[in-house]
Amino acid sequence: MTKSNGNSPKSTVSRRAVLAGGAALSASLFLPKNLRAQDYPTAAVNTTGLAVTDDTVTVGILHSVTGTMAISETGSVQAEKLAIEQINAQGGVLGRKIEFIQEDGASDWPTFAEKAKKLLVNDKVASVMGCWTSASRKAVLPVFEQYNGMLYYPTFYEGLEQSPNVIYTGQEATQQIIAGIDWVTKEKGAKSFYLLGSDYIWPRTSNKIARKHIEKLGLKVVGEEYYPLGHTQFNSVINKIKLKKPDVIYAIVVGGSNVAFYKQLKAAGIDMTKEKPVLLTISVTEDEIRGIGGENIEGAYACMKYFQSLENPNNADFVAAFKEMWGDDMVIGDVTQAAYLGPWLWKAAVEKAGSFDVDKVREASPDIELPTAPEGYVKVHPNHHLWSKTRVGKAMADGQYEVVFETADLVEPDPFPEGYQ
Amino acid sequence: MFADYSMGELTAIFAMQGFAGLILFSVFVLMALGLAIIFGQMGVINMAHGEFMILGAYVTYLVSNVFSDYLPFLFSIYFFVAMALAFVVTGALGMFVEWAMIRHLYKRPLDTLLATWGLSLILQQIYRSVFGAREVGVTIPEWMMGSLPLTDMIEVPINGMFVMVLAVGISIAIYVLMFRSTWGKQVRAINQNRIMAGAVGINTEWTDRLTFGIGCGVAGVAGSAFTMIGSTGPTAGQLYIVDTFLVVVFGGAGSLLGTIASAFSISQAQSILEFFLSGSMAKVLTLLTVVGILMLRPQGLFALKLRK
Repeated sequence: MTKSNGNSPKSTVSRRAVLAGGAALSASLFLPKNLRAQDYPTAAVNTTGLAVTDDTVTVGILHSVTGTMAISETGSVQAEKLAIEQINAQGGVLGRKIEFIQEDGASDWPTFAEKAKKLLVNDKVASVMGCWTSASRKAVLPVFEQYNGMLYYPTFYEGLEQSPNVIYTGQEATQQIIAGIDWVTKEKGAKSFYLLGSDYIWPRTSNKIARKHIEKLGLKVVGEEYYPLGHTQFNSVINKIKLKKPDVIYAIVVGGSNVAFYKQLKAAGIDMTKEKPVLLTISVTEDEIRGIGGENIEGAYACMKYFQSLENPNNADFVAAFKEMWGDDMVIGDVTQAAYLGPWLWKAAVEKAGSFDVDKVREASPDIELPTAPEGYVKVHPNHHLWSKTRVGKAMADGQYEVVFETADLVEPDPFPEGYQ
Repeated sequence: MFADYSMGELTAIFAMQGFAGLILFSVFVLMALGLAIIFGQMGVINMAHGEFMILGAYVTYLVSNVFSDYLPFLFSIYFFVAMALAFVVTGALGMFVEWAMIRHLYKRPLDTLLATWGLSLILQQIYRSVFGAREVGVTIPEWMMGSLPLTDMIEVPINGMFVMVLAVGISIAIYVLMFRSTWGKQVRAINQNRIMAGAVGINTEWTDRLTFGIGCGVAGVAGSAFTMIGSTGPTAGQLYIVDTFLVVVFGGAGSLLGTIASAFSISQAQSILEFFLSGSMAKVLTLLTVVGILMLRPQGLFALKLRK
């Protein structure tokens, strides 16, 4: 589709952005190592015939830019391109500039598999940043395992998976859910919960974990419901919520349904800025709030690992560089930040291994640290997920979250939680 | 399920639930009226109906931005301007589409299915290129949000009332146009016998174009109203298309009264089932019932008596 050298895009705007962003970052955080390509001869760092030359290395970007998922995946593409440009501005990986080939999964799972095969077999890319929905990841998984590729997957997801060919840069379900429920129980004195979600694997698995944890704490689930994807009429369930009067509405509604749900919740007179009920969600990032409208979700709480408003120097630089490259009106959600980690984690693993070979990169990946991550320090667990902190944010009328809580320590990823299945 | 609640609470909940059913009914009527004109009267299977609705929503979005930037003191009434503009813009696009595409397909009605499906994909990609892949947030004037407390327990959403009033108003307008105006007579004449209608001097081309335009315009108004309760994005129109066809086909193509009756029965069934079962199960049972009834009565609830 589009093949371009990451460092020289068509528009001068983004070049300026890169220089500014790169300069800011390299000054404070990403101290360039200045590895020189001639110290790493191509024959030695690439023994499996990947697309590596003496001065370039090619990676793949595989997201939907058309179809229904484009709405969510656009941010990930932008973050990955930003990371690649910043890495190039610092001298690339093992002295080689990253070039990328972008393919469109078109919101269609078989297309994802076909494009993944094209990237791995025809283009011989050294790694792929991509996928968003679990369905698309499951579709490409056999391809990556058969042709031994490396996928950096950015979305928070339901867990229950651990592939040698995937690094999961988002949180798996237990990391996201348990800390949030503990917080709402302790801080808000919550005793009863109403679980609500869109009807597919991620909300169902997540609510299963949530229910187990709630019952473990000796508290009550007073209702659990699922609505088809794209459902736009929530008046009946809102009436049921009013009848049951739960302390917490635990909502995992996704996509266009989200907008309908929060608008109708507000219209029905459920005021989330009041003490009760508390609305806690794990599916609404700053990206979604743009569609919902900040005034419709003000006062709700979200539990995830990253918010744009996080105050640390890494994040300040990241947000500035992102806006410089893609426009001032951009917002950055949890998944966008996780997508940004992909190229950096890959670079760190390649340089630790001293090789682009997928097997060596995989071997080097566990315990890779990224102190420069916008969310703060992260570390790759041997199970290919990330150690990360979990945070709770309170939605503000301007569409941003105010961080009200973060876990003291990094939360260990546990994709196959004992006692929760 | 109800043992723990007092009588007052139960009455309140049933009142609100009845209201939720009526709102759903109004939403269905608004979605389906435009299609009832186009599919019912002209026989065009318009798969791009949802995209015409979303065009109305985007017009609302643009108008709200213009008002908040240039006429902030009039912001509380921008919605009426937006709905009128949505009607004009989508109606104009509808007339253009009829001229460029649909009129060549009247003799092959099944092909309109593919042609308009293609049109819907084209429109979606245009929206994505112009407005971006992400949903846009339409700011609704403060007075239209929130709810009206009738008693301590019963609260009525204002935007729901608004949708209901709009649905009733548009239904009456279309009834008058269809059954009390010359245009309506011409549309019905063409529907019954195109060649004879032309022979007695009706300008069938112009009537077709106007009919398609009005159908699309009504879809645009519906889309504009739905910015209050739903999302506005390039593919949001797809969310409505199945329900819309369901309502029109179940009611009996060609009968406006049938469309309204079918919207009423489907919305009430769904709303009641949703309350007692979960959302997905309610949908399954509703669809099963509709399929069952259509198997026994393929022409739908109400069918015009035609001499075959």
